[in-house]
Amino acid sequence: MKRLPVAALLFFLLFLAACGNSTQPKTAAVANLPAAHVDPATAGSITGRVLFQGDHPMMPVIDMSSNPLCERAHHTPQKAETVVVNANGTLRNVFIWIKDGLPPARWTPPAESAKLDQNGCIYSPHVLGIMQGQQLEILNSDPVNHNVRAESQINPAWNESEPPRAEHKIKEFDSPEVMFPLTCSVHPWMRSYVAVSPHPFFAVTGDDGSFTLKGVPPGTYTIEAVHEKYGRKEGKLTLAPNGSATVDFAYGG
Amino acid sequence: MAVNNEYKPGLHRWSILLAFCTLLLVVAGGLVTSRDAGLSVPDWPLSYGKLMPPMEGGILYEHGHRMVATTVGLLTIVSVIWLFRSERRRWLRWLGVIALIAVIVQGVLGGLTVLLLLPWWISTSHACLAQLFFSTTVAMALFTSRWWLRGPVPVEEDPKFPIRSLSLLAPICVLCQLALGAAARHKAIGSIYHISASPIVTGVILWVSLRILLHYAQNRELRLASTTLPGITFCQVFLGIAAYMSRIAYADAVQPMPLMVTFTVFHVAVGALTMAASVVLAILVHRNVPAPARAFADTRVSAVS
Repeated sequence: MKRLPVAALLFFLLFLAACGNSTQPKTAAVANLPAAHVDPATAGSITGRVLFQGDHPMMPVIDMSSNPLCERAHHTPQKAETVVVNANGTLRNVFIWIKDGLPPARWTPPAESAKLDQNGCIYSPHVLGIMQGQQLEILNSDPVNHNVRAESQINPAWNESEPPRAEHKIKEFDSPEVMFPLTCSVHPWMRSYVAVSPHPFFAVTGDDGSFTLKGVPPGTYTIEAVHEKYGRKEGKLTLAPNGSATVDFAYGG
Repeated sequence: MAVNNEYKPGLHRWSILLAFCTLLLVVAGGLVTSRDAGLSVPDWPLSYGKLMPPMEGGILYEHGHRMVATTVGLLTIVSVIWLFRSERRRWLRWLGVIALIAVIVQGVLGGLTVLLLLPWWISTSHACLAQLFFSTTVAMALFTSRWWLRGPVPVEEDPKFPIRSLSLLAPICVLCQLALGAAARHKAIGSIYHISASPIVTGVILWVSLRILLHYAQNRELRLASTTLPGITFCQVFLGIAAYMSRIAYADAVQPMPLMVTFTVFHVAVGALTMAASVVLAILVHRNVPAPARAFADTRVSAVS
C-alpha cells in the first residue's frame, strides 16, 4: 500500500513521456541545383476551376467587440473566410501548384515582394502564394497593435509585434512549405495562410474560382489543390509543347 | 516581531490573501490559454517594450496575467520575510522559501513559453507548477491558522483500513490528471487521455474519502476534508463535461467563444481547488493519524507514565 503512490507517479511519468509528440521543425535540404530555364517557344499553360458541391456552409460573423477600433473599421459585419463559395458555385482561396513533375532546378524568386496587409483587423489576402526566397512584406494599416505569428513547421516559426505606423515587416521563407497559418493572438479571429512554393507555378483561386499557371514547360505533372478546411486534392495531366491543359477540382461540404 | 509559535492573525490573513491571489492567477492563466492570447505579447519580460502596453484584444489577457503574476510574486516575497521574522517553525519558513523558488521558476517558465512560441512541455510544466504553487499557498494558509496551532486530534490507524499512504494517492492522481489536461490544452496529446483518466481519478478520490468517512469519521477535521474533496470533484466533473461539450459545439468557430472560455476557465480553477483540497486532506490525515511506529511509541510513553 505504501508504494502505491510512488508506483502511480512513475507510471504516469512514463505514460506522459510516451504520449508527448515532438514538434521540432524539419529542416529543408538545400541542394545545389542547376538554374531553371524555360524555353518560351515550348511553354504552355494549365488552367482549371475549383468547384464546390453540396450545401454552401454559413460562415459565422466575427465578433470584434474586444477591440472597438477593429469594429469601427467596417460598415457591415464581417464573416469568417474559412469557406467562401463564389456566386458561380466555385471555391475561393484554394492554393493550386505543381506538386510534382518539374525537373529539379533552382528557380529565381521574383524581385517584387508579396504583400500581406492587416486592414480592419483582417488579413488581406486570406491565402497568399509566395516563392521560396521571395520577400514577404507585412503591413499594418490598422490603428491598433498586432502580433504576427508564423505557425510554420518546416521554416523557422516566429512571432513578432507590429504596432500601428510601424515599419513594414519583411520576411523570407527559405524552404518550400504548403501551407501554414499566419495568426494574430491579439485578435484571435485573424488567420491567413501562406504557401511557399519552390517554383513560380502556383495560383490562388479568386472570385470566379478559376486559376491559370502560365509559362509551364511541357511535361507530365501532378497538380495539387490545397484548402484550409477541406484539405488536399491532386490531379495529373500532361502538357504538350506550346499547349494548354485543364484540370478541375471539386470539394464538397 | 516576536518569534514564537503563537497564532499570528496578520500572517494568516496574508497567507489567505496570497492563496486567493494565486487562484486569481490560475484563472488569469486559464483565460490566456482559452482566449488563444498566449503569444499576443511577443516579448518578455517587457510587453511591447513597455511596462504597460495598450490593453486591447489578447494583450489584455496576456499582460493582465503578467500583472497578477507580479503581484503574487511580491506577496510571496513579503510572506517569506514575514515567516522568517516571526515564525518559529523552521519547516514552515523553508516551505515559504520553496514557494518563493516555485514562483520565480514559474515566472521564468512563463517567459520561456512566450519566447519559444509555446512548446508543449514548457507550457504544460507552467500549468502544472501553477497548480502545485497554489496548493503550497493553501497549505501555508492552513499551517498559519489558529485551527492548526491548536494541535491534532489523533486517531489510531485501523490496520484493516490503512489511510496514511492511501491519502497520498489522491493528490498524486489529481496532479497527473491536471498534467494530462494541461498537455491536452497545449496540444501535446489528445483530450481522450484526460477524459479517460477522469473516472479513475474520481474513483480514487471517492475511495479515499469514503474510507475516511466510514472508518475515521470521529475526527472532525478529517470528516470535513473528506466531504469537501468529493464535493469539489463532482463540480469539476460537471465542468469538465460542459467544457468538452462546448468545445465540440464551437469546433468550427473562428475565435474563442465566451461559453467555451467560461466553462474551460472554471474547469481549470476548480481543478486547482480539487488539487488543493486533496493536498489538505493528505496533510490532515498525516497530522491526525500517526504512523504506526509513532503510535506505538506514544502508547509506550503513556503506559510508562
